[in-house]
Amino acid sequence: MTVLTSLARIEAASLGRAQLIRTVRHVHVSDRPLVLIPIGLAGEPCAPLAAMVGDDRLRPRLLVVASPLNRDERFAFAADLASVVLGYIGSYLAGHEPADKEPYPDAPQLIVPNAGGVAFTRLLGRSIRFRPAVGEGAVPAAVPVLGRWLTYLAERSHPSASLILTATGALAAHWATGQSAVEDENLATLLAWIAPPPGMSGADAALVAEDPARCPPAGPATDPGFDRDVLAGRLTAIRDARNAADMAAEQRAIAALERELREVLTPTWRLMWQGIDLLRSLPEAGHVADRRKGDLASFAGYARYLADGGFPQPRKDAAVDAARRLVRLEGDQQRLEAQMAYDDPLVMAEYRMTGAAFEGVVTHAEPARLDESGRKAKLRPWIWVETTDEVTAGPGSELRSPARPGQKAVVIDVDQQEHRTLVTLELQNGMGRGLSPAPGSVPEADDVVCYTTLTLDFQPSPEFPSREDTPWTHGGPPPEYVATDLDATEAWDGADWADDAYASEVLDGGLAVEEGAQ
Amino acid sequence: MTGTEEQLARLRGGQLPKTHNARTIAALATNPGCTRRAVLDAAAVDKAEVASRAGYPAPFGMSPFALGRGVAFERRLKDEPEKDLLMLLREALDLDIAEVGFTDLNEVGGSTDLAVRHERTRRLLTAAPDQRGTLFDHPLLRFAVGGRHAYLEPDLIAFRHDDTVHVVEIKSFAIIDDQADGAKVAAAAIQSAVYVLALRDLLGDRAAVHDQTVLIAPKDFSLTPVAATLDVRKQISVLRRQLSRIAAIDDLLELIPADVTFSLEPDRGGQSRRDPAELLRDIRRVQASYAPQCLASCEMCYLCRDEASGTTGALGKSVREEAGGIESIQKVLAYAYEKDPYPVPEDVTEAAAILRRAATLRRRSLGDPT
Repeated sequence: MTVLTSLARIEAASLGRAQLIRTVRHVHVSDRPLVLIPIGLAGEPCAPLAAMVGDDRLRPRLLVVASPLNRDERFAFAADLASVVLGYIGSYLAGHEPADKEPYPDAPQLIVPNAGGVAFTRLLGRSIRFRPAVGEGAVPAAVPVLGRWLTYLAERSHPSASLILTATGALAAHWATGQSAVEDENLATLLAWIAPPPGMSGADAALVAEDPARCPPAGPATDPGFDRDVLAGRLTAIRDARNAADMAAEQRAIAALERELREVLTPTWRLMWQGIDLLRSLPEAGHVADRRKGDLASFAGYARYLADGGFPQPRKDAAVDAARRLVRLEGDQQRLEAQMAYDDPLVMAEYRMTGAAFEGVVTHAEPARLDESGRKAKLRPWIWVETTDEVTAGPGSELRSPARPGQKAVVIDVDQQEHRTLVTLELQNGMGRGLSPAPGSVPEADDVVCYTTLTLDFQPSPEFPSREDTPWTHGGPPPEYVATDLDATEAWDGADWADDAYASEVLDGGLAVEEGAQ
Repeated sequence: MTGTEEQLARLRGGQLPKTHNARTIAALATNPGCTRRAVLDAAAVDKAEVASRAGYPAPFGMSPFALGRGVAFERRLKDEPEKDLLMLLREALDLDIAEVGFTDLNEVGGSTDLAVRHERTRRLLTAAPDQRGTLFDHPLLRFAVGGRHAYLEPDLIAFRHDDTVHVVEIKSFAIIDDQADGAKVAAAAIQSAVYVLALRDLLGDRAAVHDQTVLIAPKDFSLTPVAATLDVRKQISVLRRQLSRIAAIDDLLELIPADVTFSLEPDRGGQSRRDPAELLRDIRRVQASYAPQCLASCEMCYLCRDEASGTTGALGKSVREEAGGIESIQKVLAYAYEKDPYPVPEDVTEAAAILRRAATLRRRSLGDPT
C-alpha cells in the first residue's frame, strides 16, 4: 500500500463508497471467461462438495458430490468438471493450426472468487494429475488431464498474468474500499463497497453482505452454521437412503442437496459476473496486450507439451526449475510495476510521491542543439523542465518519459529553488536519423512532461544450468519422471476413502462433539 | 480473595469464569496492546456471550465436519498406538527403547473430574524415571493465567530416555508434499508453546521440557500420519511476555472506573437480563485497540470494529502508518483537502504536507484540474 491508496481508502470510508485507485484496467478480461466457484467439505484438504462453473452467465452448470468423502464420487465430479473445463480450453485450440512455436489467437481465462479458490484449484489439480487412466485404480482419461491443466493455471496466478484471475484480487487492485485489505478478500463485501444497492452506503451494504445467512461465503469454505444446520442433515439423509437401498429416497435427498447448494452458490455466481462487468467498465491499459502476449505463448507451449504426452507436474519443483520460476516472477513483477506506471497517471503519481518520477512544464527547449565535441556532430537537444515535484535524480541519471518510452533523457543539471526545481535534460535518441529532430520527437515549451527513473527495458534472465548439470549443492540432477504404481495408490492407501466408518465419524462425530460440549 | 481477584470477579458479574484453553491462551499473544481484551480475559469473561448480548455476535464457528475429522484422525492414531504413532515418534524423537509404555490419562478409574485427573497426571509425570512410562495420552495440566488456574489438555506428551519431554500436537490439517497451511502450522506452534510452559511449571527441574515439539498430521489426501518437528522458542518468548502483562493486570484495572461490570445478570434459566445498551456502555469504558487482524481471533471484533469506524487503524495498520499515524479519518481528510490555511498541529506538519501532496496528485490524476 502507498500513501495514495491509503488516502483513497480513507476517502472511501468517509464517502461510504469505494474509490478508484487506477484510471485504467491493468488486467486482461476475456470476452468469454470461464467462471469457477468451487466449494469443499470443511476439514478435508480437498474434498469437492460442489462447483458452479460456466462461460455463460445465464447458464451456470452446477456440479454436486452427494458423498463428498467417497473417492469414486470425487473422481466422477472431476470427470464432470473436466468435460466443462477441457471443453472450454479445447475451444481455444480447435480450428487453429499455428506454425510451430506460434501462439493460438486467444487463450482461456479462468476466474475464481478469491485466493482460496486458487488454492483449491491447485489442490484439486494436485489430487488428480497423477491418477492413472488404465490399470488398477484407473479413472476416466480426462481426469488426470484436468489435473494438469488446473495445476498449470493455478501456478500462473500472478497480477501480471491473466490465464487465471481472482475476482477479489482484480477488483481490489483497482478500487480502494472503506474496509481493510483483510475484509476485501470477501467478494460480497468488496462489491458492496464498489457498487452498493441504490440508496445504500457501501458501509451498510457491506454489513449486510457480511452476514453468511443473507450472503453465503464465496467458498471454498462454507459457513459453519450452514454445515451444522443444513448440510449435515442433507448428507446424512443421502447416506441413510443408500444404506437402506431406497432409490426413491436417495433421489429425493440428492435433489434436496442440490437445491441447497444451488442456493448457496447462486449469489456468488451473480457477484462474479457483476465483478467482471465492473472490470470491463474500465478502459484497458496500454501494456495489457503486451503482457497478454506472454500468456498466449505460455498457453500454447503448455498445450503442445500436453499434446505431445507431457508428464504431470512434479510434486515439488526441481532446484533449477524453482530458481527459474523465482527469477521469472521477479521479472514479471518489475515489468508490471513499470508498465502500470507508464500506462496510468495515478500509478505514476505514487512514484512522484517518492521522487522516482516528476512532472512539470517545459520552460525552454533547444530542439536543434548539436553536440560537436566528437569527430561527428550529434543531435542532442536540451530541454528545461520546471516542476514542483521532488526530484531525487542527479546529474548523469538516465530518465524516460511515458510519452516517449524509447527516448533516453540524461540529467544535465538539477537546480533546486524555493518551491520548484528546474531540471535540464539532454535527449539522446528517438528523433530520427538526421541532424534535425523529427516533428513531435522533442517536447516543446509549455508542454507538460513526466520523467522517471523507471524503465520498460527487458532485463535478461541469468543463465541456469541444465537439469543434468544441477550442482550437488542443490541436490544434483533430479531423477527423471517415471510413472509408477505408487502414483495410483499414493496418498489414497489405508482404505481411507472407501471407508464408510470414517465418513460416518466425520458426518456424525462433529455433531456429537458439539452436543457434548454444550 | 485478594483485591485484584475481587475486582475481576465484579467485572465478570455472577457468571462462572470462562475456562481458558491452549487456543484462548495462544490468542492472548495476537493483540498484546489491547486493554479490553487483557481485562476481559483476566476476568475470565465469556466474550462470545458478552459480545452477543451487546448486539455484536461473534462471527466464529467451527464446522461439525472439521470437528469430526479431527476426532476421527486422533482416534485412529491412538486406538492402535503401536501401529503408526510409536513408529513416528521413535523416528521424530529418536526414541531408542523398544517397548514404550502408553498411559491413558483421559479418565481416572472412570472419573473425568478435572482435579482428580490433574492430580493423577502430576503424580505420574513427577514419578521416578524408572517407574514413569513414556507416552501420556491427554494429560491434564494446570496453568496460571491472570491469577487463576486453567486446565490444559495436550494431545500427547513423550518422555525420552535422556529425560527430556516433548509435547506432541495432533492436528487433522493435511501436510501435502511436505507443505501445510502456514497459518494452521503457526496456530499449532503457539498452542504447543502453551503446553511447554505448562509442563515446565509442573515438572520444575525434574525434567527438561524441550522447545522442539512434534506435529503429527495426515499426509497428502489420506489419513496416514506423518510427523514434523516444530521449533517453538519464539512462540514461548512471545507468550511469556504477554502472560507477564496479564500478571500485571492491577495496573490495567486501575484505569477502569469502579462501577464497570460485564455482568449479564442472568435469571434462573440463564437468560441475560442485562440492558444491552448499558452493557455496551460499560464495555466501551475499557479501552480497546482494534486492528483488522482481530477479526480472525477475538469474539469482540465486530463490536470493536464498529467503535473504531472513523479511524485509520480500522482500515489496517499500514493505512494508519501511511497517514502519518493520524487516527481520525476526518482529520486526515481535512489536512489533505481543506483550503489553506488550515490549522495543522505542529507534530503532524510533515504528515499533513505529505497528505496534501498525495491529495493533489490524486485529484489531478483523476482528471480534476483544480
